[in-house]
Amino acid sequence: MSKVKSLADLRKMRDELQTKVSLREKSDHPDKLVQVKVSMATCGIASGAKEVMNHMIEEMDRQAIDAIVTQTGCMGYCYAEPTIEVTLPNSAPVVFGHVDNKKANEIIEKYIIRGELVDGIIPVNYETVKENKNE
Amino acid sequence: MEIVQLSIDNKKVVVEKGTTILEAAKNIGVDIPTLCHMKLHDMNIENKPGGCRVCVVEVEGRRNLAPACKTECTEGMDIQTHSVRVVNARRTVMELILSDHPFDCLVCAKSGDCELQTMAQNLGIREVRYQGEKNSYKSDESPAIVREMEKCIMCRRCETACNEVQTVGVLSAVNRGFESVVAPAFEMDLDHSACTFCGQCVAVCPTGALTERDSSAKVMDAIVDPKKTVIVQTAPAVRAALGEEFGMEAGTLVTGKMVSALRKLGFDHVFDTDFAADLTIMEEGTELLGRLGKHLAGDKDVKLPILTSCCPGWVNFFEHQFPDMIDIPSTAKSPQQMFGAIAKTYFADQLKQKREDVVVVSVMPCLAKKYECARDEFKVDGDPDVNLSISTRELAQMIRNANLNFEALEEDDFDQPLGESTGAAVIFGTTGGVIEAAVRTAYEVHTKKPLPKLDFEELRGFEGIRSATIDFDGLPINIGIAHGLGNARKLLEDIRAGKSQFHAIEIMACPGGCIGGGGQPYHHGDVEVLKKRQRAIYEEDKGKVLRKSHENPFVQKLYSEFLGEPCGHKSHELLHTHYYDKKKKIEI
Amino acid sequence: MAKYKNHILVCGGTGCRASQGEEIVQNLGKVIEENSLENEVQVVRTGCFGFCEKGPVVKMVPDNTFYVQVTPEDATEIVSEHLVKGRKVERLLYTDPETQERVSESKDMGFYKKQIRIALRNCGFINPENIDEYIARDGYAALGKVLTELTPEEAIKVIIDSGLRGRGGGGFPTGLKWDITRKVEAEQKYVVCNADEGDPGAFMDRSILEGDPHAVLEAMAINGYCTGATKGLIYIRAEYPLAISRLKIAINQAREYGLLGEDIFGTGFSFDVELRYGAGAFVCGEETSLIHSMEGLRGEPTVKPPFPSESGYKGMPTNVNNVETYANIPVIILEGAEWFSSIGTEKSKGTKVFALAGKVNNVGLIEVPMGTTLREVIFDIGGGIKDGKKFKAVQTGGPSGGCLTEKHLDIPIDYDNLLACGSMMGSGGMIVMDEDDCMVSVAKFYLDFTVEESCGKCAPCRIGNKRLYEMLDKLTEGKGTEEDLTLLRNLSNVIKDTSLCGLGQTSPNPVLSTMENFADEYEAHVRDGKCPAGQCKSLMQYVIEAEKCIGCTLCSRVCPVDAITGDKKEPHLISQETCIKCGACYEKCKFGAISIQ
Repeated sequence: MSKVKSLADLRKMRDELQTKVSLREKSDHPDKLVQVKVSMATCGIASGAKEVMNHMIEEMDRQAIDAIVTQTGCMGYCYAEPTIEVTLPNSAPVVFGHVDNKKANEIIEKYIIRGELVDGIIPVNYETVKENKNE
Repeated sequence: MEIVQLSIDNKKVVVEKGTTILEAAKNIGVDIPTLCHMKLHDMNIENKPGGCRVCVVEVEGRRNLAPACKTECTEGMDIQTHSVRVVNARRTVMELILSDHPFDCLVCAKSGDCELQTMAQNLGIREVRYQGEKNSYKSDESPAIVREMEKCIMCRRCETACNEVQTVGVLSAVNRGFESVVAPAFEMDLDHSACTFCGQCVAVCPTGALTERDSSAKVMDAIVDPKKTVIVQTAPAVRAALGEEFGMEAGTLVTGKMVSALRKLGFDHVFDTDFAADLTIMEEGTELLGRLGKHLAGDKDVKLPILTSCCPGWVNFFEHQFPDMIDIPSTAKSPQQMFGAIAKTYFADQLKQKREDVVVVSVMPCLAKKYECARDEFKVDGDPDVNLSISTRELAQMIRNANLNFEALEEDDFDQPLGESTGAAVIFGTTGGVIEAAVRTAYEVHTKKPLPKLDFEELRGFEGIRSATIDFDGLPINIGIAHGLGNARKLLEDIRAGKSQFHAIEIMACPGGCIGGGGQPYHHGDVEVLKKRQRAIYEEDKGKVLRKSHENPFVQKLYSEFLGEPCGHKSHELLHTHYYDKKKKIEI
Repeated sequence: MAKYKNHILVCGGTGCRASQGEEIVQNLGKVIEENSLENEVQVVRTGCFGFCEKGPVVKMVPDNTFYVQVTPEDATEIVSEHLVKGRKVERLLYTDPETQERVSESKDMGFYKKQIRIALRNCGFINPENIDEYIARDGYAALGKVLTELTPEEAIKVIIDSGLRGRGGGGFPTGLKWDITRKVEAEQKYVVCNADEGDPGAFMDRSILEGDPHAVLEAMAINGYCTGATKGLIYIRAEYPLAISRLKIAINQAREYGLLGEDIFGTGFSFDVELRYGAGAFVCGEETSLIHSMEGLRGEPTVKPPFPSESGYKGMPTNVNNVETYANIPVIILEGAEWFSSIGTEKSKGTKVFALAGKVNNVGLIEVPMGTTLREVIFDIGGGIKDGKKFKAVQTGGPSGGCLTEKHLDIPIDYDNLLACGSMMGSGGMIVMDEDDCMVSVAKFYLDFTVEESCGKCAPCRIGNKRLYEMLDKLTEGKGTEEDLTLLRNLSNVIKDTSLCGLGQTSPNPVLSTMENFADEYEAHVRDGKCPAGQCKSLMQYVIEAEKCIGCTLCSRVCPVDAITGDKKEPHLISQETCIKCGACYEKCKFGAISIQ
């Protein structure tokens, strides 16, 4: 490793290294970030949730969107897998069904960045989701 | 000079910045009691760990009490030295110290001379309310020093003496908390340490924790043994201090009374170590001139400077600490041992007695002498040249035991032939004396001219390290003097580094030389006592008719009848010795 | 570089490692590889999370699931359930003792709710053995800022304005200390980190060094720049091998990056750090003792003044600060004095780390803002007293702190308040006691410690503490007298008043504070010969109540010394002379027939 020769060096280095801990930092303040939960039960995984999740992480990272993507268990909408739940800061969570990479891009472009609604919302409110989870 | 104003016991005091409360109080006649504190002014020796906490005083605005010995005066301080709070604390601390101290004052060697005992009296302790477990340690009895550490109060004076003054580094505090005690490494006996037996630890110990190994009973045994002829020799420094044990002013010369007392104690012959001191000068002076001559003749192998060797503490020191340099000191034995060797040969022959039947006792200001006379190289077939060595303090004790009224004793003269001495021998008792005596003789022997002036003021004094150049009729001789082993170490390190310009160096282990020896009456931290003893020594020298060793008629006779010439064959056999590398001995 | 989607943070503090934390890391790695997740999941050994009560602790990122009391065998399930299937492993979640509900995120746990982590900001968050993670967290930016933008005076002013006070116990204003050292002119000055944490049960400093060693190094370098020192020394207990190894790694990494050594940040400022090992003597936490120990001398204090700031290591000006103090420095520099001083009370700013121990439900390492009450710490964070017992006292400030009671619970914790009620901040030990604790025995316990740890230099501490211990022992044996109580109080006051260093000046605090707050308990021991808490064996006896005893003989069979006699189906009797008060009969009796009197 080369020496840190100036404060500017250090700052540059810090920016490069940020990714090492950014996930942990973000996870401490999820309310201020875009939170994406990908349903990753058997049904989700079978229908390609994993690829979608990877895609979303990479895409949002590329676009420098402060987001955390986590996986969650079955949300109960097996008919619509892969499903993801997106929570924008200070908003109620919204669940999208039948998400593939293309759909994911659309969700990012429209809902996450611009706050516009996108087709494919599964009309539930947060509480129901939680209740379902607790079953 | 920055000035500080403060108030002590409601009296205004003005002192120099940096003055401690203890000193400031003393200035206005307020004596704050101290136990661990000890300061030898002018000698740069001070012990103030601030550990006993007896000297605590109350400083207005301060949360806790302040140790007077360690706290410097600051502007506007308001100090109470004997408030109720202070006195209670002081007495409680004193009770604590006593609660971990044996109550055997009646049979303690230090009784009557014990600073702890005095302090308990002064504070009026009549009861020790805090009682509990007491420490016990194995006692350590070397040939010279006895350690009874139950009596140690952790004042650390011995550590200061051993480590800072003498740089011997044998004693240090070991263990922790309640079990803390001062001891040699691994709590070994002093015998198995690098101890020089200089006795400076004993000289400063406020209690009976460190005392000399008492040989006075053995001396009495010899005296009462009808088969034995008991000869006593007394070192020069003893006569300048013995009187103190009987309430006389420090520096009172008691040579005649001492001789009288020794005779009354029953010694068969009362001789003077000073005789052997003159003999030492003959040998050492000749050795010096011999080495010097070779050096001047261009001999590269000759060792210079020559170092004096009459101090056994110093001999132990270089054997332990500078074993690579054991060929530098003079090979001449100390006066004590020269005396023993002559007494058990030349004089025993005169008495027509076998050496086993002659007992030589020495009275010394020194504890290392006890060790020295026990050394194997000073024995013939197991019989030591000097059988027993007692300290000035032990002699005083013997005089008291014999119920002699010392002050009322008449003055007597030493016996002959080994009682005759010159002024040069007398000054062996103080720092600078040996080398001055050597110079007086070496000068006349070398230049074959009489000395114009006998008093070499440039060699005298109390400075730890002194030096002077003496003109030997065109030949400048560089003389060095060190007293206190810490100072000796500095000169030795210079020699080792090849930086020393001296031709001859006198070294005495104890600060002040023998007058400050470990076997002398306790000075209790008063450096004036040492100075007065020194003045007495020079006074005795001045009063002598003969003041140069080579003029001692009995010494001259000894050479003509018995020894031949200085540094000759017989002298080498009887009056010279060799040294050992003791570092190997104590490696653990 | 792989971009990990999940981080698994495994506590790598000494405590959790001792309970197989390292095996958890190994197993997780293995299982992750088996599932081919090594490019997606990163396992990180972090420093201490603080929740030692339920260690080993594992935290899942990004969803922040907090697993407690994890075993190496749980690795498979964590991976297969949590990572692969996205389901939390319910049984590993923390259960709130009050609601009995499982809590999945640490922020919802009572233990963490009231904490603010400044000194511990990186503990349990970064991999302490990876300087990159520290840099990613703005590490060394404070040093960079100080070196390039501030003069030493300006930097010291920030510290002074922040109000930071020494966290080692003394509470001396840190910036002021730095300024004194700065003002002394000398060829060489030293910066020392005091990591000789010695309070029984305390592990604040160890955890910081284990969890965030670079923070301390950075702060020492800042201190060096401010005071004019180029050498730093960390005096650390040799019994802290993990902290030592992490420090060594950190020092090497910082040197490699040029953040320690010559010409740091190209400013010409040079600073390096060395480790010095202590043998774990409590008194070496006192700064003059510490310095003597580093010099190779006996670890014992000397009278101050002179203060180390004027004459310290090798006689040179030496600035000694404690680990936790240092850990606060970089944040203060970056966030500013105003931010820091907005936290805390009027005279005590920022936060304080405590090692919470004793009879509380949640023992562990906590960091709370100054001004938090003892009640909040013990009941909200600590989760209250274990086994539903009654709170009796809390001892703050380590072995020489005082025991505070119910009436002190709502006092906001800060330096001055604790001192005012007879205790002290100390370095942050906090031990909670319940109704079963005998306060005389508690005082005796602490005196036992100070007797052991006294250096022996000054008489009041060396002998006085021993006598205090002996008197307390006498009380617990039921042999104390009224006069002993007077003597005990007098001796305690004298030891405080006359001892040389902080150890002796505070060692009687447990005695004085318990005598003050639990006077009746002392009197019960003396006057009634009773130990109200039933702890002093000499003062209690096991007695069989004849009405309740059915003579089943079980007690007589378990008695190891055959002190119990009686025929079958007849009430039994305990011989008090023979009884050794082991309590075996008491535990075994099914009929509650044996009682303690």
